[in-house]
Amino acid sequence: MTDNIPAASIARFVNIGERTNVTGSARFKKLIMADDYTAAVEVARQQVENGAQVIDVNMDEGLLDAEHAMTTFLKLIAAEPDIARVPVMIDSSKWDVIEAGLKCVSGKPIVNSISMKEGEEAFLEQARKCMGYGAAAVVMAFDETGQADTKARKVEICTRAYKLLTGIGFPPEDIIFDPNIFAVATGIEEHNRYGLDFLEALTEIKAACPHVKTSGGLSNLSFSFRGNETVRRAMHSVFLYHAIPAGLDMAIVNAGQLDVYDQIDPTLRDACEDVILMRSDDATEQLIDLAESYKGKSVADEKAAEEWRGWAVERRLEHALVKGIDAHVVSDTEEARAALEASGGRPIEVIEGPLMDGMNVVGDLFGSGKMFLPQVVKSARVMKKAVAHLIPFIEAEKELLPEAERKAKGKIVMATVKGDVHDIGKNIVGVVLQCNGYDVVDLGVMVPWQDILKSANDNKADMIGLSGLITPSLDEMVTVAEEMQRAEMTMPLLIGGATTSKVHTALKIDPAYPGPVIHVLDASRAVGVASKLLSDTQKDGFVDDTASEYVKVRDARAGKTPSVLLSLEEARANFYDAFLSDKPAPPQQPGVHVFDDWDLAKLREFIDWTPFFRAWELHGNYPAILTDEVVGETASQLFDDANDMLDQLIAEKWLTARGVAGLWPCARDGDDVTIHRVNREEHVRLPFLRQQVKKSRDRANMCLADFIDPAGDWIGGFAVGIHGIEPHSARFQADKDDYSDILLKALADRFAEAFAEALHQHVRTDLWGYAPGEQLDNLALIKEQYRGIRPAPGYPACPDHSLKPTLFELLDAEKNVGLNLTENFAMYPTAAVSGFYFGHPEAQYFGVARIGRDQLEDYAARRGVDLSTAERWLRPNLD
Amino acid sequence: MSARERLQQAARQAILIKDGPYGTAIQNAKLSAEDYAGDTGLTDDQKGNNDLVNLTQPQVIRAICDQYLDAGARVLATNTFNANRISQADYGAEDQVRAINVSAAKIIREACDAATAKDGLERFVCGAMGPTNKTLSLSPDVEDPGYREVTFDEVKDVYREQAAALIEGGVDYILIETVFDTLNCKAACLAVMELAEDLGRDVPLMISLTLTDLSGRNLSGHTVEAFWNTVRHAKPVTIGLNCSFGADQLRPHVKVLSASADTLLMAYPNAGLPNELGEYDELPETTASLVRQWAEAGQVNILGGCCGNTPQHIAAMAKAVEGLPVRKIPARDTAMQLAGLEPFTIAA
Repeated sequence: MTDNIPAASIARFVNIGERTNVTGSARFKKLIMADDYTAAVEVARQQVENGAQVIDVNMDEGLLDAEHAMTTFLKLIAAEPDIARVPVMIDSSKWDVIEAGLKCVSGKPIVNSISMKEGEEAFLEQARKCMGYGAAAVVMAFDETGQADTKARKVEICTRAYKLLTGIGFPPEDIIFDPNIFAVATGIEEHNRYGLDFLEALTEIKAACPHVKTSGGLSNLSFSFRGNETVRRAMHSVFLYHAIPAGLDMAIVNAGQLDVYDQIDPTLRDACEDVILMRSDDATEQLIDLAESYKGKSVADEKAAEEWRGWAVERRLEHALVKGIDAHVVSDTEEARAALEASGGRPIEVIEGPLMDGMNVVGDLFGSGKMFLPQVVKSARVMKKAVAHLIPFIEAEKELLPEAERKAKGKIVMATVKGDVHDIGKNIVGVVLQCNGYDVVDLGVMVPWQDILKSANDNKADMIGLSGLITPSLDEMVTVAEEMQRAEMTMPLLIGGATTSKVHTALKIDPAYPGPVIHVLDASRAVGVASKLLSDTQKDGFVDDTASEYVKVRDARAGKTPSVLLSLEEARANFYDAFLSDKPAPPQQPGVHVFDDWDLAKLREFIDWTPFFRAWELHGNYPAILTDEVVGETASQLFDDANDMLDQLIAEKWLTARGVAGLWPCARDGDDVTIHRVNREEHVRLPFLRQQVKKSRDRANMCLADFIDPAGDWIGGFAVGIHGIEPHSARFQADKDDYSDILLKALADRFAEAFAEALHQHVRTDLWGYAPGEQLDNLALIKEQYRGIRPAPGYPACPDHSLKPTLFELLDAEKNVGLNLTENFAMYPTAAVSGFYFGHPEAQYFGVARIGRDQLEDYAARRGVDLSTAERWLRPNLD
Repeated sequence: MSARERLQQAARQAILIKDGPYGTAIQNAKLSAEDYAGDTGLTDDQKGNNDLVNLTQPQVIRAICDQYLDAGARVLATNTFNANRISQADYGAEDQVRAINVSAAKIIREACDAATAKDGLERFVCGAMGPTNKTLSLSPDVEDPGYREVTFDEVKDVYREQAAALIEGGVDYILIETVFDTLNCKAACLAVMELAEDLGRDVPLMISLTLTDLSGRNLSGHTVEAFWNTVRHAKPVTIGLNCSFGADQLRPHVKVLSASADTLLMAYPNAGLPNELGEYDELPETTASLVRQWAEAGQVNILGGCCGNTPQHIAAMAKAVEGLPVRKIPARDTAMQLAGLEPFTIAA
């Protein structure tokens, strides 16, 4: 127990979260009181996603029907496999509530709690019930006379309970004793021993009662320091640091309220230890005095801020890198360089020494999950600035030494493939690799395979990394692999990006190229993969393991019987029978509407932040993510930085939001929708795809055309784009500021999505006007609680990207919005969204999924393209 | 010696053979609707109510049981998979539940006693209880995931009624089989435990899980290990797997359960997977050679057959595992073993 407590606890120590506990979480209580079980279930999901091994559920609130709330919530989470995978702790002071809960939980739960408070008979009755339902139980050190406070009472009550329980056959390993953690440092002398009594009792209880577990609720301990989070966190961490070796197996604690023992200010840590271990008579007074100086966080921060500037330069550089502070890095780098020069050293040694040491610390922390992506990107910014300062010195030296000594760990050529313009993910991976000492040659976006291969050969690269976001990029990656084979290359090929997957890589890319092909799941894996591929000792094993893993994927796929497909005819017969008389009235303002400059300040209110955090590999829903136990601090910092940039870019008007929406009369014709524009002879035909996978029971095989009336109806289309990013992006890149660059691109993407949301609302309430009175806040919009949908070409309901040219032509999007399409139908500028509007109240999103050859042929005919083209466009839906 | 100890002792000496299914054999008897209904006076069409046959045509059941005894089976289950109030409601035959189970138990009891009288070998009579067609863990309404068609207490009462009648008819063990919903199984366990308490005697449970996907989970989503952690408190005399798929696909899951369960392991797979016509065509020798592999690996104590198996399959199994060593029961683990859908262990 020297390191971060939560991380070190995985094997033997269990942190029980209290976020689904109305007495432990104000937010959860609010949700339950408001009957918002959907959001309450999300709290549980997040807790499990963040690593909770057991979830405590408590509904003890005076104004609630606790039994109803408990059973409702437990049944709901039982329906969520990613929550129900962990055991539940059914927590209540009322036995009826516990028993009602036991009837809803299908695994083996923990009951919290039973005790001898009401005497032996009631205690054993409840214990027998636990045995009948199959539950472990927390047993409070509580008897007929009250709660155990002293060590002797704790041990006495627990050993008595143990004898009683084992006497009726209760399995000893299913007993968890909670010997009561009480508040210390209260100013009352009798309370001073409470911490030490608990610790000492733990050891004795464990010795006297074989196989039992122990637990405690930590927050009581620091009760007298309410409002002083710094001191409370320190007390909890110090207490656990001593309690775990003494035999504590689990604790109910908010993991976000724990500090790393080693990183607690030593003065505070000692004072806490003095109190908890009763090391001096005046320990309480000392801690109370000291606590004053920790009131209000800023005091401590300022103190720390001044302090590190006084450290030795190497340590300052490391600190700056780990914390991502770029304020002093140029002067510190210069100081380190000058000092080396004075002692006969060379400028490169600043990089190889303190800077790389610092980056190694960053790499280790990131690798072990103690740092998160936004922090790492900030560290990279600091590193780049330091290196930029040193380059002129290194170059000058090179003229003296003809052969540059600087040797990178390896060289990687990276590119977003032809037809694709998305580069946030690729840039993040590039930064992470550079941080770790790799030389990255970034070829940018829309790079044809010829350029990728040439650059790899010219640069004598060690590997190639390909990225892509849209589905046609998957095919392009196969092409790159095939061309690498033709060129008889052998270097490893790394595959990454949002649409890529291990399965696709194994099935399609790996067989195309005999060299190593590795799918890299996210940025955090990139360094591990690169270092293994460049290691003399690990490379072969890693390559072989990956290859055989892919063989397994292929075998499993080959052996898997694909879902049963209906014939197209059968699928059509099972179409979605919408109630057509509910179709929306004709639009108030039909035709095409252009918006040259939508107010960014208004769009800001429509931003959905959850995907923004996901772009930074921070997983969780906004706003809960800001207070998340694990990533909350990083997410909050990132959120602040994003809002600062939003303030500036809106005030200085960096960006322009341009959009267009069109509403046209139309009719369903089979699986097509034909659009009839005013004053135009020829109809525009939009062929849609129909689900063909055999559905259970009475589910329909849906097609977007099903939401349109053959007898005449209306359909809409839109395209929005965010312009003006380039000069600012260039400025950031020139300034070695990847962090701001990525931040800006991520925000531009969010603006495009927010614009799509805002424009859709404008269409519903005004232009089309079928929902004039709609009143929805942003959360409701994000949850799509409105009528109508806006499916985009290339997404599951309408997977063919090639409908974009038709849509763009209808909207004249090139002229009206300034949007262009690449040959693979990616939109440029990148921050853009386009799609169709369906207004029928039953219109809904769905995934077309796999289709049969019959529909492929039919679709090719309807699209008027040859079979091989249709096949290329629809490949992801064909197998 | 108690029933529990007698089974444990017999299983220490040899791999025991359990019987096979009744459904197909009853079909082969080509009973008419009148044959099915007998003189019960039931008004609904009873054709296909195979559990009612225990009451109305006991000789049919006895004949099937005798074939399994001849094949070498020593663990014999009653033909009562659907003989519970919930399932019998489909035939309007709820009132017959007690009579069906008592009669079913008597048939098997008498057949076994007759066989024992001939060769002196004890037979083990277990009363089989199926999963019912209602689930406590899942909502039948996709719009309302918190809804349940039945309550825990209702399911518990249904099982109690059936178990009590089976015991009245003379079974020594209660077999909770084809468990697709773990919470239904917990209700059944509690029903039998409470019944045993009230009878003042041990009623050993046999519990058998069925998997619905090849990754090894049942319908309510529990892995094999999570399931064991969940039902271990009922102290089943056997734990195991049945139905699911054929022995070939069941192999990895038998292995996992065998390694963790500190009680006898009983497995009775289907005879392979059904063909396009929904029929089982795996030959007795094939099934036997597959289950023999488990025996060779020391993973089973009791072997039998579920869907698609015939007395010939059971005889082939008996022959295939004759003389092979029995599975050694692992020592009891004193770690805290909890479970959600997945197992969670806190080190001892």
